[in-house]
This record gives sequence, C-alpha cells and structure tokens, in this order.
Amino acid sequence: MKLFKKKKTPLEIWNYITISILILYIIFLIHPLFNILKASIFDADGNFSLVYFAKFFSQKYYFSTLMNSLKVSIVTMIFSLLIGIPLAYFFNIFQMKGKRILEILIILCSMAAPFIGAYAWILLLGRQGLITKILETLFPITVPTIYGFNGIVLVLVTRLFPLVFLYVSGALKSIDNSLLEASENLGCSGYKRFFKVVFPLCMPSILAAGLLVFMRAMADFGTPLLIGEGYRTFPVEIYNQYVGETSINHNFAAAISVVAILITAVVFYLQKFISKYYRFTINSLHSIEAKPVKGIKSFLVHFYAYFLVFISLLPQIYLFYMSFRKTSSSGSVFEKGFSLDSYRIAFKKMSSAIPNTLIIGGLAVVIVVLLAILISYLVVRRTSLLNNTIDSISMIPYIIPGSVVGIALVITFNKGFLVLTGTALIMIISLIIRRMPYTIRSSAAILQQIPISVEEASISLGASKMKSFFKITVPMMKNGIISGAILSWITIITELSTSIILYTSHTITLTLSIYIFVTRGTEGPAAAMATILTAFTTISLLIFLKISDGNDMVM
Amino acid sequence: MSVDIKINNALKKYGNNIIIPDLSIQVKKGEFFTLLGPSGCGKTTLLRMIAGFNTIEGGEFYFGDRLINNLNPSKRNIGMVFQNYAIFPHLSVRKNVEFGLKTRKLDPVEIKERTNKFLKLMHIEEYADRLPERLSGGQQQRVALARALVIEPDVLLMDEPLSNLDAKLRVEMRSVIKEIQNKLNITTIYVTHDQEEAMAVSDRIAVMKDGIIQQIGSPKELYQRPKNIFVATFIGKTNTLNKTIIKREDKYLVELSPNYLIENNSVKSEDSKILISVRPEDFIIVENGDGIKAIVNSVVFLGLMTHYFVTLETGENVEIIQESTLNDTYERNSHIILKLNTNKINYFMSDGIENITREM
Repeated sequence: MKLFKKKKTPLEIWNYITISILILYIIFLIHPLFNILKASIFDADGNFSLVYFAKFFSQKYYFSTLMNSLKVSIVTMIFSLLIGIPLAYFFNIFQMKGKRILEILIILCSMAAPFIGAYAWILLLGRQGLITKILETLFPITVPTIYGFNGIVLVLVTRLFPLVFLYVSGALKSIDNSLLEASENLGCSGYKRFFKVVFPLCMPSILAAGLLVFMRAMADFGTPLLIGEGYRTFPVEIYNQYVGETSINHNFAAAISVVAILITAVVFYLQKFISKYYRFTINSLHSIEAKPVKGIKSFLVHFYAYFLVFISLLPQIYLFYMSFRKTSSSGSVFEKGFSLDSYRIAFKKMSSAIPNTLIIGGLAVVIVVLLAILISYLVVRRTSLLNNTIDSISMIPYIIPGSVVGIALVITFNKGFLVLTGTALIMIISLIIRRMPYTIRSSAAILQQIPISVEEASISLGASKMKSFFKITVPMMKNGIISGAILSWITIITELSTSIILYTSHTITLTLSIYIFVTRGTEGPAAAMATILTAFTTISLLIFLKISDGNDMVM
Repeated sequence: MSVDIKINNALKKYGNNIIIPDLSIQVKKGEFFTLLGPSGCGKTTLLRMIAGFNTIEGGEFYFGDRLINNLNPSKRNIGMVFQNYAIFPHLSVRKNVEFGLKTRKLDPVEIKERTNKFLKLMHIEEYADRLPERLSGGQQQRVALARALVIEPDVLLMDEPLSNLDAKLRVEMRSVIKEIQNKLNITTIYVTHDQEEAMAVSDRIAVMKDGIIQQIGSPKELYQRPKNIFVATFIGKTNTLNKTIIKREDKYLVELSPNYLIENNSVKSEDSKILISVRPEDFIIVENGDGIKAIVNSVVFLGLMTHYFVTLETGENVEIIQESTLNDTYERNSHIILKLNTNKINYFMSDGIENITREM
C-alpha cells in the first residue's frame, strides 16, 4: 500500500530490498511449508485424502507420541521455571561469590547440544553407567532408570533452565530498586515481597521464557532419540517416518508435521494472549542492588547455584575426561590409561567434520546477520504493509520444529526447478531460516535504541540513504551485531534436528559426527568430538561476553 | 548563502488525520524565526517538512525561488540541530564536524580549515579528538551546532535544541545560539515550546495551536498586543476577567467592581460581553482610595519579584506581580486595594478569538 503511495518519487533502494527478501522467503520458506501441507492432505496419487491424519489420531501408537511430547514439554517447562526463577532471584539480589564465572557457567549449560548431554548421562547413569555401578556396589539398591521420560526431562531441564535464568535476570535488572524499597517501606519484605512485587513484575519475562522452554523441549529431537528408548515423542516419530523403510511415508511424516506446527502455534498464541494481561513499562533509574548475605543462608544460596551448575555441566566434564582415556583401535572400547587415540581416530574417520562446520556454520552466520540487519531496518524504520508481512513471515520458523523445516526443504528441493538436496547449500539455507527469528529480534532491539535523528542528521548533512545506513547506522549497531552473530554461531554449530535430515557423507558437521559416532558405539571419538565442540562453544561464548559486556542476551 | 523561505498553503496529514490544514509563512533572509506552541501543535511536523523528513501532502515550500517539495533531504543544503543532538557516537568530535564536508567531497585542506574554524568558533577545539560520549550536554550541543553550520547551509533548522539541558545551561546556550546566528546571518527556523526561550532568541515568532498559526509577530507585539486569548495566555502570564460594557452618563465603562470603573477602550459598545486580559504586573496595589478590594491568599517571594495570589471582591482569583521592596510586602489575609494600568489592558470578544482593543 504505502510502497506505491508516493507516486512522484521513484522506487528507492529499500523497496527493492523489501521485494528481494520477500521473494527469498516465498521460495525457501512459504513454498516448502505449503508443500508439507500439500503432502499431508494429498496421497501419492495426488488425490485429496485425510487418511494420514486419520491414521495418526486413530492409532494409539502414533497418538501417544503427541501426548508424550506434551507431557515432556510441560514437565520440562515447570521444572525449568522452578529452578531458573529462584536462581535468577538469588543471583541478582545477593552478593554471591564468583558471580561472573557463575554466569558464564550457567550460560554454558544452555549451549551444548542436548543429545550430547543425553549421551553423557547414559554413560553416567545408564545400565552400565559409572554412577549406577558405584551406587549399586555400595548400596543394596536399584538405581531408577535414566532411560525414558525421567532421562529426557533431566537432560532438557539441565539445558533449558539457563534460558529462564537469563530472561528473569533481564527482568530483574529492569526493576527499579525504589520499587523494592517502597514495598519494604509499606511493610512487605522477604518472601512476601518476592511473591507480591518481584514475581508479578517479572511475569512477562517468565511467560516468554516458559514459552521458549516449551518450544525447545517440544522440538528437541536428539535427546529422546538417544535416551528415550521406548518413550516415543513427536519429532522422533516424524524422523522415523521420514527415514523409515518406505519413502512413501513422506506424506505421513508431513501430516505429523502439520499437527506439530498447529500445536506449537496454539501454544504460541496462548502465551501471547496471557502476556496481554501483564503488560506494563518500568522506568528504571537505579537497578536492584545486590545485598550481602551471611551464614547458613549464604551457604544455601551458593550451594544451590553451584550444585545446579555442576550437575548441568557434569556431562561435559565427564566427556572431557573420557576423551583422553585410552581406547581400542576401533574406538569403541575404553582401556586402562590415557591417550589421544580418540582424537586421532575421530580426525581420521571424520576429517571433514571441522572444516564443514566452519564453512557451513560460517556462511550461515554471515548471511543470517546480513539479512537480519536489512530486515530489522525495514521493520523498525520503514513500517509498511510489505515490511510488516516480512516481519510476520520471518517469525514463522520460531514455532516450527527443526525436523519439520528439514522435511519441508527436502520435499521441495529434491526435484523441480531447483534441486538442492545433498548439497551444503540446503543445510546453510535451513540454518538461516531457523536462526532468522532470533537474530532479527536482537537486531531490531539494537536498532530501536538508536534514535532515528542520528540518521536524519547524516542525511541532512548530504549523505545518501544507503551511505547513512552503512556509515552511521551499521557502525552504531556493530557491537550488537557481532555479539548476535556469535550467539547465532553457537546455536548453529550445536544444531542437530534439521541437519540430520539434510546431511550426506560430504556435509557431516561436528554435531552430526558426534551423533554418528554415538550411534555406531564408537564412544572414544564421540567424546573427543564432543569435547572439541564444547571448546568451540566456550571460546565463542567468552568472545561474546567480552564484546557484549553487560548487554542482555536475546536467545 | 542564506535564503528567504516561503511556505504557501502547507498541508500535512497522516491517513485521514490532518495535522496541519493550511499554513503559510514567509521567513526573511537572515531572520531568526521561531515556531512556538504547546506539544502536538504541529511545529516539529512543519520543521521536519521543511527538512524533508516528513512528506508534504499539499502546498509549496520555497527556498528563495527554488521549489523544494520533492527535493531529497540530502540535497536541500540544510543545517539541522536535533533535540537529542544526534551526534554520531562512534565518530570523534572532529569527524562529526567534518562529516558533511566529506560527503560534499571538498578538498581535504579546505575541510580541515573550515572544521578548525567552527571548532574554534564553538569553543570545542580542545575536545576535537574525543568521542562524544565523554562530553557534557552543553558541549554536545556545541558539536551539533558546529556540525550543522560548517557546511554553510542555506537554512538552519533547530528542533527544541535546548530542551535536554539544565536550566542554567539553557540560558547560556541560547545566547550562544543567538550570537552565532547574528554573526553568520543565517536564516534560522527554531522550534520550541518554551515561550521565554522563544522571546529571548527570536526576531519573529509564529505561535501555533492545532496546526494553525495564531499570530506572527515580534516578541514585543505578541506580549503586548496578543491577537487572541490563546496567545495572551500562552505568552507570559495573564488574568482574564469576564466583563460587560455599560453606559453611564454618556460614557461607556467597564465595571471592575462597584466602585472601580474604567473607560471602555474596545471597539464594542453598550451591553457587549467582553473578556479583558490583565497581565499580573498591570495591577497596581494602592494604599487607599477607589479601587478593587481584594484579600491576599498567598505570597510567593522570588527575589526580584513578589507574586500575590488574591481574591477580588467580585469573587475572581487573580495573580499579581510586584517588584520586591524592603518594606511594604503584604501578609497573607491582608486587605488590599487594586487599580489597573489601563492602557496596557487587552480587550477580547467574549469567546476570546479576537482582540478588540481600540488601537488594534
């Protein structure tokens, strides 16, 4: 509408950018999703049919995967909130020892691929697990099984509570200290103050974090696959149907995907609806001051935080240790002593994993960042019907499980005008699509903090619109952009659920190689690759923290 | 080179919402012209139309004889100072000032010369290599001015440039602005909601309300002969009293109180309902004799002036300002008698939309 309103002025460069981005989204997102929908309601002969949906809902075997997924997601969400909210509260209200390191460790917890956690927990608490054996030799008890529901929830909660921590911490930082003082002055302090003042003020962030945890838990694929055993969830079923013996089941996988999208969409809008009742703004002049804490209270607070982090990082620590154990020449049996054999085997068998990760991940990050800057600029600075449409479309992948994105791309690009299956490009595209919603959000947040008058000043001084954008706006966004890029990088290198559908032997990345080693039972090389991935993640995170320096994290 | 500005029948709307219905002004070459009005009156909207950041839905905007309606903002050769200064935070003070010269691809020697000249003129040469975040508000303001002026713009536009400064700095910076404008003799349009600031810097002021210009005039004209009651109350303080003209012994009079009548100085005659506007300083407190009886409700001593809030015997509440003296301050609840400085009073139609004082 607005685009064509100013008839006198010719289409300027931003209009072309709008149209190009829209076309890209139509080709690589809307079209594939449309194909999923089509595959779910048309059978192999092209006749309209609801037989796949009927099959899903009528057979308990399939329908139970849906209930299982919901159960896992809700329980994971509740536990993550129960653990994360107090942690954030203690962290911000008390002077804790080693705060900086604690924060880094908490964030690090969220950054490992969940399936690696699942794998390590099996090594620790599985049937042959280290802790299981120790406990069973020492005490006459049977250790409760880690396989199935318990294990999935354990792994997901230890990965996802940091999201709650980050969101609620952000909210707490925006609360003005005078609100707490006013509450105390009016006779409301301690835990009463927490429930009556602090908790409601954090409610928008708590809801947002809850949603994010739910979505991640719902879409997670590697964890239930490894540790779930008989406990079947949605994404696993989609994957099984997709890679299953007969390829005809594309349609059935598509139908399950449609159901998955509908459910996440409902949850997404439910959360938005509830959030409406908790909308307010706080003008914070003085953020909350951390108070000293003493005695038993201090011990409990510190113990809570550090024990939580220790448990959550235990998989990484254990894999790190295992990666240096001496291993048999095949890599599948550990022997006494230490060596670098695991690394040697890993590099020999998967020599291309690290270069692939760097190339695929690197290209994806560069393109994600470039597109996100352009889109956020269009959305924030040039509100129009088309740009709002782009904004809405770019958010779609937020509610779509990764495996569904993978399947959608495969059924679209394995034939027809653009054949991409089996290439690195399709993996890059899938990573871009999945990461866009987050990067656009964070870029838009940065852009909103830059007053538009700075650009106008540049234009009034004679610079063109493009020159103003690249010389003034982009440099001002620089720090935010770089930290956003690193965050995207970390998520991209730990991604599994889409890549596992799209990869071929030429495009195996670090995460995929770990998964392959694990499924082949070659545990030494798996531990070695997992340790390398952890090292990558940790270094990236440290660089991120150095650059962002106190800015909030948008996950 | 500075130019004159002509705006004919400007129209601004957002969708169906009309912000400025039909506005025309002419600004003379080298004039310091101020758009003054309450927030939401359209003054910043108009300024941004001149700058090219808002679209123009109707009317013609001229710089000299050049129609600028569809000219790209970067081609208008405007110096603009923004409310938040809009200093580029990632560039040093010098680079900020140079920015406009560099986009004009001037000779490096000339860029350096002109930049130095304006850094010196604005007294910021010692901060030239600092990043702006380490400057105070006043210093940032000077950088913004230098950056806008160094390009030798045809027109200088300023959008509430002093509103982010503290009171003392605001007074200091407004004389800096006035002085430099005089020196460079550049056509300037200045937007503010602060009437005192407008009076202090402007050659002429356009008072705006709801997108319509209420009056254009020098600060003196606006204060002493406001065209309507809005201008009278917006520029300075005033007391408005509802009165009726009566005829007594062939004379038309206005009854302020039963024993204080003044001669009617409006163009209306008997039985007209009118409004009179009396500035607080135009009440005279007298010891005795005829006048309006009043009771002092409260006294505010502000140094140079003392303000009295009083209730007249007719029941109206008014504010009186007197120069403070050593002795005769009146206490709360004291009874006083008031007279008026009659030739400075303004008469308005009872609805306040027109000044009907005789000499107008």
